[in-house]
Amino acid sequence: MTANARHPATDPATNGCDVVVRVEAVSKVYRMGEQTVRALDGVSLTIRRGEFVAIMGPSGSGKSTMMNLIGALDVPTSGRLEIRGRNIAELSSDELADLRNRAIGFVFQQFNLLPRTTALGQVMLPLLYAAPRPSDPQALARRRLEQVELGDRLDHHPRQLSGGQQQRVAIARALVNNPTILLADEPTGALDSRTSEEIMRLFSRLNNDGITVILVTHEADIAAWARRRILFRDGRIIEDVEQPGKAADVVRSAAE
Amino acid sequence: MSVMDSLRIALAALRTNLLRSVLTTLGIIIGVGSVIVMVAVGAGARSEVDRQIASLGSQMLVVMPGSSRVFGRAGGAGTTLPLSEADMLAIRDKVPGVAAISGLISGSAVLVRGNVNWTSNVNGVHDQYFLVRDWPTTEGREFTPEEVRSGARVVILGTTVVAKLFPDGASPLGETIRVKNVPFQVIGVLQSKGQSAFGSDQDDVIMMPINAARGRIVGRSQVVNNNVGRVHVKFDDDVDLAEAQEAIENLMRQRRRIQAGAEDDFSVRNLAEFMRARTAALSTMTSPLAATSAISLIVGGIGIMNIMLVSVTERTREIGLRMAVGGRRRDILRQFLVEAVALCVLGGLIGVALGTIVAASVAYSAQWPILISKEAIAIAMAAAAATGIVFGFFPARRAAHLNPIDALRSE
Repeated sequence: MTANARHPATDPATNGCDVVVRVEAVSKVYRMGEQTVRALDGVSLTIRRGEFVAIMGPSGSGKSTMMNLIGALDVPTSGRLEIRGRNIAELSSDELADLRNRAIGFVFQQFNLLPRTTALGQVMLPLLYAAPRPSDPQALARRRLEQVELGDRLDHHPRQLSGGQQQRVAIARALVNNPTILLADEPTGALDSRTSEEIMRLFSRLNNDGITVILVTHEADIAAWARRRILFRDGRIIEDVEQPGKAADVVRSAAE
Repeated sequence: MSVMDSLRIALAALRTNLLRSVLTTLGIIIGVGSVIVMVAVGAGARSEVDRQIASLGSQMLVVMPGSSRVFGRAGGAGTTLPLSEADMLAIRDKVPGVAAISGLISGSAVLVRGNVNWTSNVNGVHDQYFLVRDWPTTEGREFTPEEVRSGARVVILGTTVVAKLFPDGASPLGETIRVKNVPFQVIGVLQSKGQSAFGSDQDDVIMMPINAARGRIVGRSQVVNNNVGRVHVKFDDDVDLAEAQEAIENLMRQRRRIQAGAEDDFSVRNLAEFMRARTAALSTMTSPLAATSAISLIVGGIGIMNIMLVSVTERTREIGLRMAVGGRRRDILRQFLVEAVALCVLGGLIGVALGTIVAASVAYSAQWPILISKEAIAIAMAAAAATGIVFGFFPARRAAHLNPIDALRSE
């Protein structure tokens, strides 16, 4: 699977099709004591390989629930949700863990780096749970850190790094297992605007290199980097539009 | 994820809270330490008793005239018949498996050499006595049968007597000492045996042929003119001493014409058996320690469980992250289980070190050999690891069953 993921066009898991996330009439209901909360209400959605999607909406709109489902951290109450062609409702807890390990790279608002662990150690973490184990996890991790321009910070601990650098370590960690999807939850929420731009530029560059980026945010100027914007409200999609995306500028500026 | 990975993570986590980790393991330290002390003290005491049994002579029975005092029967003096040379020879010839046999009559006498004197125990023995008691001479020689028969005036000295009579360090061999004013020639020096089980100095003794001692040191019996005192019998290694004891008793009852149903007017004793009974008493000394170690391990285990629950709570986000990047429930379970076991093994190692120090000082003050067995360490460490597994399981299971979404969101 890992080898296939490096050659997206031949990945049989998507049945020759380039759909990476297929959501069909998905509902998610939480029971809170007597009350039931319908966090998602019959949502359908398709995300193709190489897309750069921003999922937006106010809090309580269902966007976080959608992200948990796409991240295979949770399963829908009803409807069908496929990641790389696999219906997550049919997967066991171990198979879900395995899917997260291979197919999805998580980036969090609070970075979620381990304290007292070097940047290299942080990036190697997903490889610890990968099967089969890569023969040289250090080399893989080092390459990813170089990719996010932290090749000179391999043995730095989180407290020795700035917020932007910490988030870049987290991105390297998300990338280390060659995932299909990079799933970012408010990745710039804890960063200043200059650093935010730096991180968004990195996402655009990675997207240009072929990875599918799904971004959950409530900030319009962050969502503006994406080429597709999906707006949630009250558990439903109320807007799903294509947009040029600031990413185009990046490609242009990189070419100049 | 391999066990080695889990171990590496666990050790890093323990190092982070080193003081807390060590304090947590206090119960384990005490539990394991007391196992080590208990086993070492028990083994030391046993080896001391074994040494004392060995110093009595192995596979040995002692036949004594007179009634057995153990049962409190008052055997009147006139009714007891001393054992004679003939009794001894009958035992030698009629009881199977006799390896060596010797009589022993004893008294005390003043020994004089030049201007030095010393009062010591004087034993009259047969030539096989040294074989019976596993008590060889280190210098000179033992008695010949001829010397015993003729009552030759030769003596073999214990090391204490040598030290008292020959303070100048001269070799006593060939020298003459006077025993109750009768000159005897020294022909040998006995190997040192040290203290007896009852604390007396076994080396403060001289040996002479039984026929030389009889009448000089110990009065002749009015009834038997060649009394042999008590008879020491050593049996071959494959002889069952209980059977041998019965054989001697039957023979003696026959020879002394004791009616069926009447009580014996002699006794046959197995001194090693008597010593073993004392060992059992010593082992009761260590049983409170066994209770201490069991309770400590349980209390220590609860301490481990407590700190592991704290650790799981503190690291909820880390657990969520590990799950998000692909950690399966069993990976998380194993990580925390390995951490609990590592904590207990750490405590166990400290316990082994402290227990060894305590056991060594007990052994030193009791003058026992220091016996820290590999088995005791292995058992104690296994108990510690088992404690880690038992008490680490609940917190580890709690960690493994966290919901990754909630775990990631926790503060």
